[in-house]
Order: sequence, then structure tokens, then C-alpha cells
Amino acid sequence: MPYRVHCMVCAGTGCVSNRSLEVRDALENEIRKRGLQDEIQIVTTGCNGFCAVGPLMVVQPDGIFYQQVSAKDVPLLVEEHFIKGRPVQKLLYKPPEAAAPIPKMSDIPFFKHQRLIALRNRGLIDPEKIEDYIARDGYQALVKALTEMTPEQIIEVITKSGLRGRGGAGFPTGVKWQKVRQAKGEPKYIICNGDEGDPGAFMDRSIFESDPHSVIEGMLIGARAIGARYGVVYIRNEYPLALERIQIAIQQAREYGLLGENILDSGLDFDISVTRGAGAFVCGEETALIASVEGRLGDPRARPPYPAEYGLWGKPTCINNVETWANVPPIILHGWEWYSQIGTERSKGTKVFSLVGKVRNTGLVEVPMGITLRQLIYDIGGGIPGDKKFKAVQTGGPSGGCIPAGMMDQPIEYIAPDGKREARDYLDLPIDYESLTDVGSMMGSGGLVVMDEDTCMVDVARYFLAFTQDESCGACTPCREGTKLMLDILNRIVDGHGTMDDLRALEEIAWVVKQTSLCGLGKTAPNPVLTTLKYFRDEYLAHIEAHKCPAHVCRALNTYRIDPVICVERGHGCGVCRRECPEKAIFGEKNQPHRIDQTLCKKCGVCVEVCHFNAVIVE
Amino acid sequence: MPKLKIEDLARIREQARRATLLREGAGRVKITVHLGTCGIAAGGRNIMTAVLREIEERNLHDVLVTTSGCAGLCSREPMMTVEVLGQPPVKYVDLTEGKVKEIFAEHIVGGKIADRYALAVGSERVM
Ligand SMILES: Cc1cc2nc3c(=O)[nH]c(=O)nc-3n(C[C@H](O)[C@H](O)[C@H](O)COP(=O)(O)O)c2cc1C
Ligand code: FES
Repeated sequence: MPYRVHCMVCAGTGCVSNRSLEVRDALENEIRKRGLQDEIQIVTTGCNGFCAVGPLMVVQPDGIFYQQVSAKDVPLLVEEHFIKGRPVQKLLYKPPEAAAPIPKMSDIPFFKHQRLIALRNRGLIDPEKIEDYIARDGYQALVKALTEMTPEQIIEVITKSGLRGRGGAGFPTGVKWQKVRQAKGEPKYIICNGDEGDPGAFMDRSIFESDPHSVIEGMLIGARAIGARYGVVYIRNEYPLALERIQIAIQQAREYGLLGENILDSGLDFDISVTRGAGAFVCGEETALIASVEGRLGDPRARPPYPAEYGLWGKPTCINNVETWANVPPIILHGWEWYSQIGTERSKGTKVFSLVGKVRNTGLVEVPMGITLRQLIYDIGGGIPGDKKFKAVQTGGPSGGCIPAGMMDQPIEYIAPDGKREARDYLDLPIDYESLTDVGSMMGSGGLVVMDEDTCMVDVARYFLAFTQDESCGACTPCREGTKLMLDILNRIVDGHGTMDDLRALEEIAWVVKQTSLCGLGKTAPNPVLTTLKYFRDEYLAHIEAHKCPAHVCRALNTYRIDPVICVERGHGCGVCRRECPEKAIFGEKNQPHRIDQTLCKKCGVCVEVCHFNAVIVE
Repeated sequence: MPKLKIEDLARIREQARRATLLREGAGRVKITVHLGTCGIAAGGRNIMTAVLREIEERNLHDVLVTTSGCAGLCSREPMMTVEVLGQPPVKYVDLTEGKVKEIFAEHIVGGKIADRYALAVGSERVM
């Protein structure tokens, strides 16, 4: 009998760690218990992107979206929904301020505004079943590329589509393919860059986990276009589920003869192997990655020669990002005309962003290029939680920069695709590769960290620089020494010992590192510092001159004080701060105002956290 | 698994089409079997099985089946509502497995409402 209900249980990394597999097991048990196993199919899918409310599941064909489901909800769910057809109210998603829950996935704002191309199959297929992929037009683009198109035509379609590399720099994919095709040397290689080193980014992992065959199909089409014989998928070892799924997918594709020799009787020979990376940020850089695949230390080298001419084992190599590969099959299937309608003049298609930080709906979203920050943060992200003020958004990870909301009402000049200059709010800035670079940031891999008024921008710069400093491979002096010097200065500033000379030095070193480093890591590492210096200089000055951190994040600069009136009138001198203070720096009697001895206070902030009456004031 | 040919891909795709349509919530016909307490007591479960069997035997790919609670007409259970895309829903009452067979032949495949089993064409307005 056909199944009448497909219950799509999310088994992405986020939901699995929230025990979605227990939910699946409970569902299977309950369904068997009630004899429904022939009517209802339980399917485990990849990440749906809304991990914040996981474990989640979608019941089809009605498209009912359930969130925070636990195994103990299962009997009720089966009884009410699967038997009686009534969605279980308490498991539905309800936006914080809404009166009623939203039962259908397609009506939930977080999903409603998305446009899925790279993630077209997410939540709709079991990533471990090649048949599920085939059912959704999987490998049809390959058939088209093998039977109806010449390699030149494939490259032409990709070029005309306007697809650009999703790994960060946005290099036109068709142009790269053409270079590799023309390069001399055999065999040629294809690499899928799944290193994904940006902290907070997880779109590549999600593609591997939810739709691994889309990457394989993209690589196969690339192989046909450029004449490559071997492919390598490079994934960091911290992604066990992604590794497992891509390996299963490769195995299935081999069994079906979609990898190997004479694929689909077309004469194409191509096979893929998987290399696990040890998780160094610099190994995402293409030359370092190639060194790592060859078994050498993951050190970058100077380019040119580019991998297109001198890549893996010294042969012409086409390296593209996971998301880039996943975009290839739909473009071939639906044509460049279709794809190039989506997006802006210079940036076509969609981009997957990981929306994190101080925003209500965190998660993974795929949206058309040219969407504005306002739409992303407010329409999809649901705005800033609490009654906090939106302060800035950081894009592009450790290589990117901060775009201030403080300039929200102070329009910037935006150069439109047709060259016209117009004034726009930052928030209404359409996001594409160029617009982000124009404001000093970058697209990067698509990390988007939203920050509210409680974020200290100096601390943010320090955080990202600490990351790049730590990940610097040390091969070139500017990056190795420069990031260290910059970090020392930033540490001094957040500790309250910074001087104006430090600030001048910081800026100067930042430019030197940016301009003289060997690889992209060093060239972009100063971006967080430079953008915060540009847009939030007053915060640096507050730290240096007034010895204050305006957001009260840098503890060494805070002064903690107890409001005697609140302490007595509301708290009756409860004394919890006195007991909890690890430095024994708080004095007072019951029913009497308490007091912090500033000479003993080590500014750990515990008193703020333990006081029930908000009597501790931070200045 | 033997090596695939291009035709095999098409075949696999066709076979799995039903699942895909269902997951996309797309279908030409939607059948709702009423499975409230009354519906179940009157034998609604058998009707559900009969519906699913018909779909399988006729190899229909575009028919979705859902359930709902009591439709407020317990004396006429078992009941189901058949909704062909773009047409008003039809409620069939006092069902038996034999009647389900006939409704499939006439209405779901044939496109003509099986008047003699239908209670009403159209349905109450909700809000
Ligand atoms: C420090 C550094 C880290 C990088 N990390 C990644 C990464 O994790 N994933 C990625 O696809 N590209 C990364 N890149 C970009 C790659 O060098 C390369 O440009 C990219 O993989 C090309 O693919 P694309 O054209 O599809 O974007 C990194 C670059 C640098 C300089
Ligand atoms: S893992 Fe389930 S939504 Fe991301």
C-alpha cells in the first residue's frame, strides 16, 4: 500500500543533538503498535535550517510543522494527528508575539521568505537514499549535460548564468572552468572545498547532510565540462555526519554506475574520493587545501600559478565550494536564463546565510542575492530579542567586517548596478558581493552575526582577531607577527591599558598585514579591526581615554556598585551577593544596604548575575 | 546493483513520483477519511485501508489521503470527503469497501461524482 503520511523527522546535526533520533524511534514504535506501519512512513532528513527550535519534523502532505518534539509527545501526536487528522497545538510553532500558532511550514516567516536552490531538497528527501534524490529530478541535469550538451556549451551556460563562487571571493565559476579546461596537463582534477572554517558557518555541512548527491552531480557535470578524471571532496573531520552521508552517497552513486567508468554509457570516466581535513582554518584556502590533500602540511603558497594551471599533484585543478557545486545541476536543468533572473545585476542566484547572534530566529536561510539586511534580520530573523537596540551586523566571518546599524538613518551612498549613485540606509542595502565589499565587509561564506547594544565592538574585533591569529600558519611574517602585535594591542585596550599611540599603531599594522600577507587569511584578517575602527571609533576612544566600555562587556573597565535603596527596599539586604562573591569584597548586614569594596573587587560580575533585584549597577 | 542506464533513471524517478508529490503537498485529488471516535467505531479504519489499496492497485500517483476528526454527522459514518483540484469537495457517507471501489472508478478516476453515495457537494465555511 502507498503511504498516506510522510513524517519527515529532521536528522541534521542540530536536531540529532537535541535527540531527534529518539523521537524517530518512538514514532516507529508507536506506529507499529497501532498497526499503521503500512500507512505512515517515517523519513529522516537533513537539516531544515531552523535548528533553534529543534528537534523538528514536518508532516506531509499537509505541511504541518512541529517543533521541540520529544519522544514523550509521540503517542499523543500519533493519536491526534496521524489517526484523527488534528494537528497537535502545543507542538506547533508560535512566534513570540503572535496570538496563535502557525501550523504550516510554508506560512512561517522564517521559511516563507526563503528561496531554495542549493538547498532545494532539504527536508524533502532522505539524504541516504539515492532514489529520493532521483525522484526530485536528481541526475537529470547530468543526463542533459551528457547527452544534449558539449563541454563548451556547459561552460557557456554556467558563465551566462552568472554563478559566482560561494566560498567567499565570488569568482565567476564559468570563467574558472574555462581556464581549467584550456590548461595543459592530464589528468585534471576537481575539488569540492568543504573545509568550512568560519566560526558559526554551517551551510556546507548542511548541504552534505541534507543533499549529498547534489554535490556529486554538480562535480560530475563539472568533470564533463572541464575534462576531469578524478574528484576530491575535502571535509573537516569535525563533521562526522556530513562525512558519513557523502560517503554513503558516493558508494550508492558507484553502485548505480553514476561514478566510475563509462558513466551512463556516455564515455565519461569520473570518480570521487573523500579527504578528511584536520580542521585548520587556513586549509580552506585553496593552495593550502591542495597541500593538505597531497599529505603535506596545510601551508598556502603564493599564487600565481593558480590551481587552474598548477593544482593537485601539479595538474590543472578546478576547486569550488560545496554550495557552488550544489547550484550547478539546477542551472543546467533549468537554463541560465532562469538562474540569471534571480539576484542583482552583478550577483546572481541565491546565497545561503547562517543567521546567528542577537536575532530571534537563528538558523540557516537561503535567500535571493540582493535581499536587504532589513528583510533578513527583521522579516526572516524576526528582529532583535528583548527590547534591545540593533547595533551592527558582522558578515563574512573572521575575514569580514561589521556594518553598523548606527548609520541606519544616515544614508550611505550606494552605487547602483547601472552606475547611478543613490543614498540608502545600510539596513536597506541589498546584499551582494559588491555592496558588502563597498562598505568594508565581505560576503565570505555567508556568516551573518547580528549584534545588539550589549555587544562591545572592540571585543568583537578582538574575538575575530584572536581566531585568525591562532589560525595563522606562520608562513609569512606580516600575518604571523602582525596579527600577534594587533592582538596584543587589542588585549591592552580591553584591559584598560591602551594608549592613543596603540590605536595609531593598530591601524598602521592592520594596513600592512592586509597589503603584504601571503594568502587570503592575512589579507582579510584585519577587516574586523578596520571596519570597527571606521564605524565605531568612539568605542575605542571610550576604552582608551575614559577607561570605559560603553557596552559593559570588558569587565576590567567596569565599576560595580550596589544601589543602597534598591538593595534594602526590594531586596531587604538579602546578602546573596555577599555570600557568592569569590573575593569576599561585599559587606553588609541583613536588612541593611550592602557595599562593594572597590580595592578588593576583581570585577568578575558574579554579583550582577546572582542579585534577584537588579540592585548591582555596572558603570 | 547493475549499472544504470538513462532509461533506468527515468523509471526510478517515475516510481518515486508519488512520494515526491506527497512531500510537496501536491496532488490532483485529496481524500479525507473521517477518523473521529465515531468514524473509527463505524469502521473507518477499513475504509482507510480500502482507499489506500485502491490507490495502489490503480497505481495512482496524484491522490493524497489525509484524515480528520469527527465531521459532526456521526450517524452517517464511515465518511470521506473527495476533493478534486479546482472542484468543490464531495462528502460520501455510509461507506463500505465496495462503495469505495465504485467511487474510485467513477469519481476519482472517471471524474463523475457518484451521486447516489454523496451526501452533499460543497462544504461548510470555516470562519
Ligand atoms: C583563509 C581562507 C580560508 C578559506 N576557507 C574556505 C572554506 O572554508 N571553504 C571554501 O569553499 N573556500 C574557502 N576559501 C576560499 C578558497 O581559497 C577558494 O577560493 C574557494 O574554495 C573557491 O571556490 P568558489 O569559487 O566556489 O568559491 C578560503 C580562503 C582563505 C584565504
Ligand atoms: S538540524 Fe534540524 S533544523 Fe537544523
